[in-house]
Amino acid sequence: MCLAVPGQVESLHDDAGLRMARIDFGGVYKTVCVETLADVAPGAWVLVHAGVALQLLDAEAAAESLRLLAEAARLGPTP
Amino acid sequence: MRFVEEYRDPALMRGIADAIVRRATRRWTIMEVCGGQTHAIVEHGIDQLLDPAVELLHGPGCPVCVTPLETLDRAAALAEEAGAIVCTFGDMLRVPGTRGDLFSVRARGGAVRVVYAPLDAARLAERTPDRAVVFLAVGFETTAPAVATAARWARARGLGNFFLLVSHVRVPPALEAIASAEDTRVEAFLAAGHVCTVMGTAEYEPIARRHRLPIVATGFEPVDILEGVALAVEQLEAGETGVSIQYRRAVRPAGNPAARAILDEVFEIADRPWRGIGVVPGGGFALRSAYHALDAERAFPLLAARAPVTEPAACRAGDVLRGALRPPECPAFGRACTPEHPLGAPMVSTEGACAAYYRWRGAEACA
Repeated sequence: MCLAVPGQVESLHDDAGLRMARIDFGGVYKTVCVETLADVAPGAWVLVHAGVALQLLDAEAAAESLRLLAEAARLGPTP
Repeated sequence: MRFVEEYRDPALMRGIADAIVRRATRRWTIMEVCGGQTHAIVEHGIDQLLDPAVELLHGPGCPVCVTPLETLDRAAALAEEAGAIVCTFGDMLRVPGTRGDLFSVRARGGAVRVVYAPLDAARLAERTPDRAVVFLAVGFETTAPAVATAARWARARGLGNFFLLVSHVRVPPALEAIASAEDTRVEAFLAAGHVCTVMGTAEYEPIARRHRLPIVATGFEPVDILEGVALAVEQLEAGETGVSIQYRRAVRPAGNPAARAILDEVFEIADRPWRGIGVVPGGGFALRSAYHALDAERAFPLLAARAPVTEPAACRAGDVLRGALRPPECPAFGRACTPEHPLGAPMVSTEGACAAYYRWRGAEACA
C-alpha cells in the first residue's frame, strides 16, 4: 500500500481550491494533488502515492548513489 | 521507467550481495519493515542471495494486514445497515471480516467502491449530496497525508455527507514494540522508505539509541534493499548504531514539512489496535476535534452499539507480523489458508508476507 510511483510534472493548475498537477508516468498521464509540496514547477520529478505527491525526487542524489554502488559492487574486496 | 529500472539491474544486485556476504563475519538478523519490501525480497530472491550472511525477518508493515477485523465489520455495517457508500483502496476488499469480505458485502447489495485516491471519495460525496460517503482510511504515514488532504478539502467545501472511518497506523511505535520484546531477534531495521519520505527520520533516533540498533531508511527496489542491508551490515560489523538514509533520492532527514503540516492539521497521535498485535500505544492517528464532524465513529450511532469481535484462532497472522513466524512455517499456509480462501489478511494483501511466499515461492515454500 505504501507503493509510490515516480513521474514528471507536465503542468500545474487549480481545481476547486486544490493545487493539482498533470504528471507523466512514462507515457501514462494522471492528474494528482500537489498541495503537499511547498514548491513545484513543470519538469520536476515527483513521487506519487494515493493521488498526492509525497516529495520531489532528488535526481542528483540518485545518480550519485548509483555511481557509488556500481563502484562498490565492482571493486568489492576480494575474499 | 526512470528512477525504477536502474534499481532492478541483476548484475548490480549480485555485486552488492556478494560484497555483503564477503563483509559479514557472522550471520546478522535484519528486519525489513514494509510489506512492499518483503514482496521485492521474496520476488527477487534477495534472502537467498544474502544467505548465509544475513537473515531477513519480515515486519508488520502491511497496513491492510494490521487493520482490525472490527474495522472491516464496521465498514460492512455502514454499507449494509446505514446505506452509506463505502469507498476504500482495492487491497481492502478481499480481507476477511466476520461475515465475509467487502466484495461479499457488495454482492449482497451494499455500496462498496474502490478508489485510487481519497480525494476521489470526497469528490464522489460532492456529486451525490443525498448519500453518505465513507472513506475507510487505512495506511501508514505515507497514506495519511492523502486522506488529510481530502478531509481538509471536504471541510473547506462544507460537505456534510463525507466521513472517514479512520484506521491509520504509525510505524515508530510498532518498531519500539518489536525491539522491546524479550525474545526479539532483530539486530537492525530497514525502515519503510516512503513513511520516511513524509515523516523524516527523527522519530527513529530514540529507538536506535535505546535499543542500540542500526535503522536504515530504505527504498523498495531490489538494489535499494540490498544497499540498505549493506549499510546496516557495515554498521553492525563496526559496532555502530544510529539512523541512516539509503533512499536518498526520496528521503530527507526532515521528511516533507508541507505534507507533515497537512497531516498535523487533521490528525493527532492516538492509541490504536493492530490486528494480530493488540493495542499499540501511540500506534496510530485519530481525527483532531476540528475534524470530528467527519468522523464516521461519531456520525453513525450504530457503530457505537456493536459488540466486540474475536479473531479466528487458526490464523497466526500476529506471529507473522512480529517476524516470529515465517509464513511457510504456519500449519495453515497453503492448506487451510490460500489467497482464494484466506484465513487472515497477510495472505490476501499485495503487501502481506504470506501472500509474498505463496505467490513467488508457491510449491517450494510448502515443501
